[in-house]
Amino acid sequence: MNPISDLQLEVKEKINLDIENAGLKLPAGFSASALADSVGKARHIVVTKKGALYIKLSKLVKGKGILYAKDTDADGKIDDIKSFGNYIGTGITIKGGYLYASSNEEVFRYALNENEEVTNPDAPEKIITGLINGRQHNTKSLVLDDKGNIYVNVGSPSNSCQEIDRGTSSKGKDPCPILDSAGGIWQFRADKLNQTYKDGIRYATGLRNVMGLDWNYQIDELFVIQHGRDQLDMFPENFTPQQNAVIPAEEMFMIKKGANCGWPYCYFDVQQNKKVLAPEYGGDGKKTTRCEGVEQPIVAFPAHVAPNALLFYTGNMFPGKYKNGAFVAFHGSWNRSPEKQEGYYVAFVPFKDGKPSGPWEIFADGFAGVETVMSPKQAMHRPCGLAQGPDGALYVSDDVKGTIYKIIYKNN
Amino acid sequence: MAFLSIPVDKATMERGKKVYIQYCIACHQVDGGGVPGLNPPLEKTPHVAGSKTKLIRIILKGMDTHEEIDGETYSNVMAPHNHLTDQQIADVLTYVRNSFGNKAIAITPGDVKYVRARTK
Repeated sequence: MNPISDLQLEVKEKINLDIENAGLKLPAGFSASALADSVGKARHIVVTKKGALYIKLSKLVKGKGILYAKDTDADGKIDDIKSFGNYIGTGITIKGGYLYASSNEEVFRYALNENEEVTNPDAPEKIITGLINGRQHNTKSLVLDDKGNIYVNVGSPSNSCQEIDRGTSSKGKDPCPILDSAGGIWQFRADKLNQTYKDGIRYATGLRNVMGLDWNYQIDELFVIQHGRDQLDMFPENFTPQQNAVIPAEEMFMIKKGANCGWPYCYFDVQQNKKVLAPEYGGDGKKTTRCEGVEQPIVAFPAHVAPNALLFYTGNMFPGKYKNGAFVAFHGSWNRSPEKQEGYYVAFVPFKDGKPSGPWEIFADGFAGVETVMSPKQAMHRPCGLAQGPDGALYVSDDVKGTIYKIIYKNN
Repeated sequence: MAFLSIPVDKATMERGKKVYIQYCIACHQVDGGGVPGLNPPLEKTPHVAGSKTKLIRIILKGMDTHEEIDGETYSNVMAPHNHLTDQQIADVLTYVRNSFGNKAIAITPGDVKYVRARTK
């Protein structure tokens, strides 16, 4: 590997994460440790076949946005971090001998050697360029299939496509022009340089913002989780803040080409267990006009809990019930006032043959480090990225302090 | 800075808190702490405790500059709140300028009226 700038773990000793399970609550038989506690705003992560991590940062550290982190002496702590890539972002993944990473407008790929080390840190291939970066929902999460395609989320630079974004009682633009270039998943070729929208396919639409997506190789389909809409109570004649806090689901979908998941016209009401018309488009909380025929979620999670990563578990370390099931990292809510905030955990959905086979459950909790979060900044850690190690361990990143957790199962 | 010690009257603070709960708390939170990366905090920032005119303009016109505040950027937009009355704006701004650890001179409905007349 070419020399790339070295970082020091300056704050390694300052925060004591050598507490039991690094402060996490886990099911019986599982344990957790913190490999590092202050790497920066760690978004998505991926683990190499040698057990090293690539970590995408949403804020540059010493001018770099990707970390390559190793535990060279196998003591359970990262002790060697190199960095490269002069751009911020969220998406990062490995497939077929390449590391793929995104800025908020572009996707790059780096060639990997046989140890999955980047060989060209300063000269990646730019494969996709010119994606919409509207600040809001601008992260470009990535996943690849086995056919040489890459799938990229382009989130909507808007909450609900209103004439005045997040404006009280402001109507929705109809039709919503955002959907032409955002609010969906775009498919590109993984090996073609400088692709723009015209080279890609809008694979799915009506998705407000997808941070968590993964390819399910068992059934060869794309799965995504949408960040559902905020602020129903901008329409106070129809919704109270208390109703907003619990109604609009975070939806998991299985996506086939051409799917329309309904945003901004429809949202999924957790309590009525169905899609209803958004108030921006004349909805009153009950009407279902325009929502027939749109994609239905396969799992509806509680409102506002913010699914930031999705991972199908294919390892052999965890007990059988976890095999081929889905882990979801919930970043935690902000839009639940006056109720307490929720989320800030990693959940698990059991799957059988590519379909959810039971209710979802909280798998790892306690990231926030406080009993109750009323205001998001009270949370000391927030789960953001997920990765599976070669040994079947589950890795979780935190983008508040930059903690990297490793969760293992001991069969005894 | 003697004027800073002029106490703000209790009734104004109560009215301001009501407006805050109705229009501001969702994004800026119960503690004025905002949401990291999304919505800016209202505590310890010159945007709140500084120029009255600039602060009134933010309420009237909203904010989508995404400028860096204390080394952090915030991606959500704030919609214009020009539908609020001069009294409501004065009350809520006086409230935030004297909550969450802030201490700054009150804003009057006259201040708001003056700025509104000069804001497109």
